[in-house]
This record gives sequence, structure tokens and C-alpha cells, in this order.
Amino acid sequence: MANFSTNEFKSGLKVMLDGEPCSILENEFVKPGKGQAFNRVKLRNLRSGRVWDRTFKSGDSLEGADVLDVELEYSYTDGEFFYFMDPVSFDQHAASADAVGDTQKWLREQEKYEVTLYNGAPITVSPPNFIELEITETDPGLKGDTAQGGSKPATLTTGAVVRVPLFISQGESIRIDTRTGDYVSRASKN
Amino acid sequence: MTDWRPGANHVIQRQRAALLADLRDYFAKQRVMEVETPLLCRAGVSDPALENFEVPCGHEMRFLQTSPEYAMKRLLAAGSGDIFQICKAFRWEEQGVRHNPEYTLLEWYRLGIDHYQLAREVGELVAAVLERPGWQIWSWQAIFQEVLGAGAHTAPREELEALAMGHLGEIPLGLDRDSLLDLLMSHCVEPAINDWGIVFIIDYPASQAALAQQILDVAGEPRGARFECYVDGTELANGYWECGDAAELRARFAEDNSLRKARGQSDRRPDEQLLDALTAGLPPCAGVALGVDRLLALKTGAQDLDAVLSFAWSRS
Repeated sequence: MANFSTNEFKSGLKVMLDGEPCSILENEFVKPGKGQAFNRVKLRNLRSGRVWDRTFKSGDSLEGADVLDVELEYSYTDGEFFYFMDPVSFDQHAASADAVGDTQKWLREQEKYEVTLYNGAPITVSPPNFIELEITETDPGLKGDTAQGGSKPATLTTGAVVRVPLFISQGESIRIDTRTGDYVSRASKN
Repeated sequence: MTDWRPGANHVIQRQRAALLADLRDYFAKQRVMEVETPLLCRAGVSDPALENFEVPCGHEMRFLQTSPEYAMKRLLAAGSGDIFQICKAFRWEEQGVRHNPEYTLLEWYRLGIDHYQLAREVGELVAAVLERPGWQIWSWQAIFQEVLGAGAHTAPREELEALAMGHLGEIPLGLDRDSLLDLLMSHCVEPAINDWGIVFIIDYPASQAALAQQILDVAGEPRGARFECYVDGTELANGYWECGDAAELRARFAEDNSLRKARGQSDRRPDEQLLDALTAGLPPCAGVALGVDRLLALKTGAQDLDAVLSFAWSRS
């Protein structure tokens, strides 16, 4: 990969730091009146999601990271790996449970996910902002319940548990905001 | 559609025009003559912390000036008396919220005074422009002691490295002694004084004298007769009690160049016209360069120079 100098550090650039692929978030040029200039850089470790603060001498460089964001369709899991498919080339990518992380709660077959590939292998999987999933288990709603007031837990096909209004029943599909884990509405009828 | 509009709004554009008029008015009243010198010159700057823009001009390479200092000193040696200039200066690869590679500099020289006296004039001018009640003066040694709890003038490199690591955690590897001092200044001292108002830091380590005279402090230690003016932690002006010794400056330029070579930077041959002017005789004087864009940012409360420039680097 190419090397990038501090003056090329733009937000979104993917570089290697301490052997980890990172994405640059911020780059601040700092210089005393006279003398050595520095760059104060914020980077996100793409594997752990942690944000690192580092200071570099201006002009120092980092190796670019072979990182690519692609949109892939979730296919299935064999219990160990989660398989995603490129809808154009039909290439399969196996993602570990670590790479899938919390997104496991929002996996639905044939749904598209943003997958970050590092050296060709998935390191993170991000769900779409909204996803529709079926309820496998919830207490029956009481007669007379309306759209207002009260909620109850509901278990989804993925095993995730979300709070839903009392009038929602087992077997229904619901729309969820994956950023908050909140119920949004009943699923749109197709 | 391109983003063709200016970064500075109408109010700030008008404030810039008023500030420039006020500055010219101040110097006119002080009987300091306004001068103009070329921006594109044969000689560049050897200071390893600065890089010129290089411009091919036919068979030769010319350099956009990082400050009008060399040419203004030639005017002083030729008998100009007190002079000031408001001009553009150019520094390669210096870009950020407080840096624009092309920026406006106010530089002035006063005959027969030292850097302490010049610092007072800068203090009066800056306090008046920014409507601040006054300023503080700290020696470089004292402010390091105050902020870092450690004397740094004579501390060996390893001690400075440990000090920087203690305060900052991770630091770049392989910094030399002066770079470590710069790191401590920009990462520890500057943030610590960001609510101190106008602060002068004066009498730098001799290794950071740049083009200032070397003097001896009360303990008999050599110091660079230099000051920096900070406002709310932002570096605004840099002043020298000027070194007029051609041989001394030639030696410093050579030292700069060996450091440049070690760092893989290209060689900058000394400005022979400047050195000849100094040999002919620079009158004893003190000079200072002040960042006009930063002054305007401080006056208007702008957090980013983009808001005080018509078209900052990304718009130009």
C-alpha cells in the first residue's frame, strides 16, 4: 500500500497504526511560533471501534490500510461464521462473530449490510438504519389496548428482545431503528 | 456548482478593512514608515521548521517569502529608519484552523530598542485592538516551571522526553531536544495559558534564538533575545532583538542546513544580499512579525481562520 504523509491525513483515510487498520477522524495542525510542527490526529481503530489520539511530527507518514467498505447481502450462518454475498459478483465472505458483533441482533437473510473488508476479510458489519423482523414470542395483547400507553418485551427471530406496544402480537413483523433498538412501527405490507 | 462564496461574512470583511486602517493609522502617528518589499525572491529560508513555496522562474528557482524579514533588514541597513509592512507571507504545508499557507503578516522594526521594549509596544497595540486590560510577561524558563513543574532550559533530552511522556502519554519517537521543547510548548504550555489573556514569553533557550541576539541571563546562561506573544493560547507575534552579526548568522544558517540535511530537507543557500547588508551595518533594532488574520480572528471570536479570510486555502 501507499504511504500517506500527515498533510494527506483527511477524515476517512484508512491507515495502519500499531498493526491495526484505522480510519482518520480528525487531523489538527499544531505549531509553536517557531520550531517543530506537529499533527494531533484522532483515529478510529476499525477493529475495536476505539478512538485513539496520537501526535505525529508533521511530515511523518503512515502506511495506507487495505480497507474497503462494500455492501453485501447476508446469506446464512453455520454457527461459527456468518456468510455474506456480493450481489454482483456472487463472491462469498465469511465474517467471524467478532466482526459481526452487535449487528448479529439485526441479521436478516437477503438484507444488505455495509461490510468493512480488511485485506479482503470482513472486520465490521453495520446494519441498515431500519430493519423489519418478525416477532417469535410476546405476551398476547389485552382487549381494548390502543396505540397509546404501555409496552411489553417481544423476542425477534434473531433472538433480540425489543419493547413493543401492547397491541402488537406474535407472528407480526415490525420495523426497528437499529441505532437505538427502538420499535418504530408495524412492518410495511408487501 | 463550486463553493465560490467567501468564508468571511460582510461584517468580518468590514472589520478587516477597519483593522488594517487602524494599524496603518497607528504607525503613521508613531512616524513609522510603511514599506513594500518583494514576495518572490532568490533566497529562501534555512530554518528547518519552515518551507518556502518554490516557484520556477525561467532558468532559476525563486522562493515566496515566509516573512519579509530579509528584505526589510536590507532597507534598515540602507538607512530607512523605523519601518513597517503589511504583506502576504507564504508557508508550505502549514494548514489548519489557525494556519493558512498564504496569510497576512504585519512586520515592524524599531531602531535603538531591545525586545523588552518592543514587547511593551506590542502589548499596548494588541491590548488596544482587542480591548483587553493588559498583559503578562513570563520568562520562558518561568512559564515552563509554572506549567510543567520542571526547569527545562538545562534539562537533558532524556529528561524532556520523560516529561513529555508523563504529560502526553504517547509521543512521536526520535525527537531531538529542541523538538521536544516545541512539543511541550505546543501541547502543554499553550493549552495551559488559553485563559490567561495576553501573555508574552520572553528569553528563549539559546538553541531557539533564530535570528535574535544571544544574551546572558542573571545566572550567566546564554538566552535567545526573543519573545512570543500569545493571546488566549494562540501564538500571535514573534519578536527579536535583532542579531546584526553577519558571521554569527552565517554560522547559524550553516547549522540550519546541516539539520535540514539530517532531516532529508533540501539545502537553502544563505541570502548573500542580507549578509552583505548586515556586514555593511544593521542599526541596533528590534523587530516583530504579527499574524493579522489571527488578530482578526481573536477580535471577532472566530474559531477558524476560514471565517476571517475571504478565500482560505480550500477556497482559493
